[in-house]
Amino acid sequence: MDTLVRAFSAPAFRELGYWLFRYRRTWRGSIVISVVNPLLFLAALGLGLGTLVDRDGGAYLRGDSYLEFLLPGLLVAAVMQTTFLEAAGPVMQGVLARGNYRAAASTPLSPADILHGHLMYWTLRAVMNATLFTLVSMLFGAVEASRIPLLVPVAVLVAVAFATPAAAWSVTMTRPSQINSMFRFAILPLYMFSGTFFPIEQLPSWLWPVAWATPLWHGVDLGRTVALGTATPLGTLAHLGYLVAMAVAGLLLARRNYRRRLHV
Amino acid sequence: MTATIAGAPAEIPRRPGHAWTMVERNLMIYRHTWPVLLAEILEPLLYLLAFGVGIGTLVGEVPWLRDTAITYPQFVAPALLATAAMNGAMNETTFNMYGKLTTDKTYESILTTPMSVRSVALGEVCWALIRGTLVTTAFLVVVSALGLARLPAALLVVPSALLIGFAFASAGLLTVTFLRDWQDFQLIQLVMLPMFLFATTFFPLEVYPPFVQVLVRALPLYHGIEIVRASFLGTGGAHLATAVVYLAVFGAVTLAVAVRRLERTLRT
Amino acid sequence: MAADAPAALIEASSLTKVYERGGGRAGFTAVDGIDFQVRRGEAFGLLGANGAGKSSTMRMIACVSPLTGGGLRVLGHDSVTDGPAIRARLGVVPQDDTIDGELTVRENLLIYGRYFGLSWKVLRERSTRLLEFTRLSDKAGDSVSTLSGGMRRRLTIARALINEPEIVLLDEPTTGLDPQARHLLWERLFQLKEDGVTLLLTTHYMDEAEQLCDRLVVMDAGRIVAEGAPAELIARHTSREVLELRFDRLERQTMTDRCRGLVEHMEELPDRLLLSTDDGEETLGAVHRRGVRPVTALVRRSSLEDVFLKLTGRSLLD
Repeated sequence: MDTLVRAFSAPAFRELGYWLFRYRRTWRGSIVISVVNPLLFLAALGLGLGTLVDRDGGAYLRGDSYLEFLLPGLLVAAVMQTTFLEAAGPVMQGVLARGNYRAAASTPLSPADILHGHLMYWTLRAVMNATLFTLVSMLFGAVEASRIPLLVPVAVLVAVAFATPAAAWSVTMTRPSQINSMFRFAILPLYMFSGTFFPIEQLPSWLWPVAWATPLWHGVDLGRTVALGTATPLGTLAHLGYLVAMAVAGLLLARRNYRRRLHV
Repeated sequence: MTATIAGAPAEIPRRPGHAWTMVERNLMIYRHTWPVLLAEILEPLLYLLAFGVGIGTLVGEVPWLRDTAITYPQFVAPALLATAAMNGAMNETTFNMYGKLTTDKTYESILTTPMSVRSVALGEVCWALIRGTLVTTAFLVVVSALGLARLPAALLVVPSALLIGFAFASAGLLTVTFLRDWQDFQLIQLVMLPMFLFATTFFPLEVYPPFVQVLVRALPLYHGIEIVRASFLGTGGAHLATAVVYLAVFGAVTLAVAVRRLERTLRT
Repeated sequence: MAADAPAALIEASSLTKVYERGGGRAGFTAVDGIDFQVRRGEAFGLLGANGAGKSSTMRMIACVSPLTGGGLRVLGHDSVTDGPAIRARLGVVPQDDTIDGELTVRENLLIYGRYFGLSWKVLRERSTRLLEFTRLSDKAGDSVSTLSGGMRRRLTIARALINEPEIVLLDEPTTGLDPQARHLLWERLFQLKEDGVTLLLTTHYMDEAEQLCDRLVVMDAGRIVAEGAPAELIARHTSREVLELRFDRLERQTMTDRCRGLVEHMEELPDRLLLSTDDGEETLGAVHRRGVRPVTALVRRSSLEDVFLKLTGRSLLD
């Protein structure tokens, strides 16, 4: 506990302040990516495609409507996607010769302070995005209000679990095309095949272990079982363990990489 | 050196200001960076697998279609192809072209030569079409291999993709003349994503209440999907004339306005 | 050289450029009715501080920026109606490097030449020759991102020569280059001039103007304030020598006041005092006799900088 307090010390809040200040300029655009886009997906797929699915697909979904099925998965997947975009591009840009990380590193801030401050920002953004998204989807009748206090923390945990490894990786990158490739070849497939849009049981059975190994599936399944009230103690524990381990491992790796890249 | 630079009669330029040289430039660049085209067909393929196959089993057969033998993957694949043609062309004239206009200042030096703004614009649209066609043809090959398209009618997809590419490359060219900074790309997203999601990509028009159907029918992508879907499934007919005319007029008008606006921006 | 070549390759009369500003505000006049002529084979300079209207003038001559008023003939053609025909015979070296970053060094030359409608065969031969001329042969296959500032500028010059132009326009050709790179560039430009190419360049460097230009105009706030050969302008507008004095900050005002009346023309700058004189040493003696104690004193020949200062009342580089 003591180390944790020291880790997130006052200097880290200065870095957080920088990102919040910048957010005042960019929030309009980022609301589009992080909240409006997933809501459009929810409307088109949950309501439109849902009409088709609910005609005879109900059996696959254990009786829930497609909209109810889709919402938690979409929430978790969207938060993951937004967090990756927020953590990858800006970190890579920040560490380049003219980046803002370089400026911060020439002040009393340590590389770890910069990382922790930025991580606090991603966490804060995830809280905002998840809250906004679930509140609006409540109007669709996609989720019960009583589930939101549980669903938002799940989304935030997924955000942190993805933010730290993404930052650890991006801080060693030098070109936007590398970020784009990662997005196309890793994040997008995760987004679509982690049980977000359909139960992974629809995939060939030899692919199930692959899906179980991917982090987003744990997030999606955790969110879905929480939202639909089908969570089991053991399953929940396994999901939480996986995501927390990923967040911590990512944090340790990121601290090392930040130090190496910023203090050369 | 001395003799030639001192002004020996210069070779008479054979094809001054030809739009094709813009395509040559882009081809030269793509000799080094062609793998990005592979990445571009990955996205529609992922959608096809996730939606066609994954959700396909949930959906079963698609209601409201006259031909009940059409499976859900067969229904979604042509729409994803039309979208790929749209995105391929439009990315080129919005995202890539905005970079060339602002960060790279590519056109500034090109316009010091006999090239005209019109040639530059037409050249870029032409290139966008070629790129879009490459991507859609590759996608067609894959889906044909999966048995989702009915050959040979599906070969009509290539000219259809060209038409869609023309409409959206021109629309992109017009859009780029209005952009103020990179943040504005979010606004493009705000138009393109709902169009992709609602233009009968994943479910037929009949899902909507009648007044929404009218709105959906006004979307250019809706017409693009209509044409491609008809070619895919071999269900073409006279009703496609509307779609063809819509896209051709849409492309021609946006292109004409875009060239005029570009003239004003680039020759200040 | 064509027999019907006009006496002046570039002829500007009452040339004017006003940039529109949105919201119904009055436009900004960048070029305010200037007249000048550039003859075949000469190196002609446009000299002025930032914002004097040099680049706007240059862009109009390059036929990439429409005139607001007046007339401009380039190579015997009207710049308003014959833009493409004129551009086919010009070489342009813009102020910012607009090299295509996605192409290699040689590909930049090839593709640029294609915009002129030249054949690949001609371009292959010419690009080899021009890379040699600009000392870039061993960089031919490299990405342009590996080039230094001086190399990039040389590549831009090679690119401008691909169509074997009769006039080469250079907008601040050596800004941002280190001294060695500048000298190499000047040397190449001299070579071009000897080969009979007409050069038109803008600069805010006095030494560059003195070195390269046969004739120049001094621009200020969109107008031409003087015209002539560098030596001629110096002789006409200033004395032979200048005495530069620097003072301790606290004494500056008193010392400056003591110098008044010593010479006919005295220029007070924020950091130093300039006394125009025909004999600097003698004036320095007079300064000492008045009890003036400068921190440093320097006697030098008058330069275009002094001409500019006298004509416009300000320094070039501010």
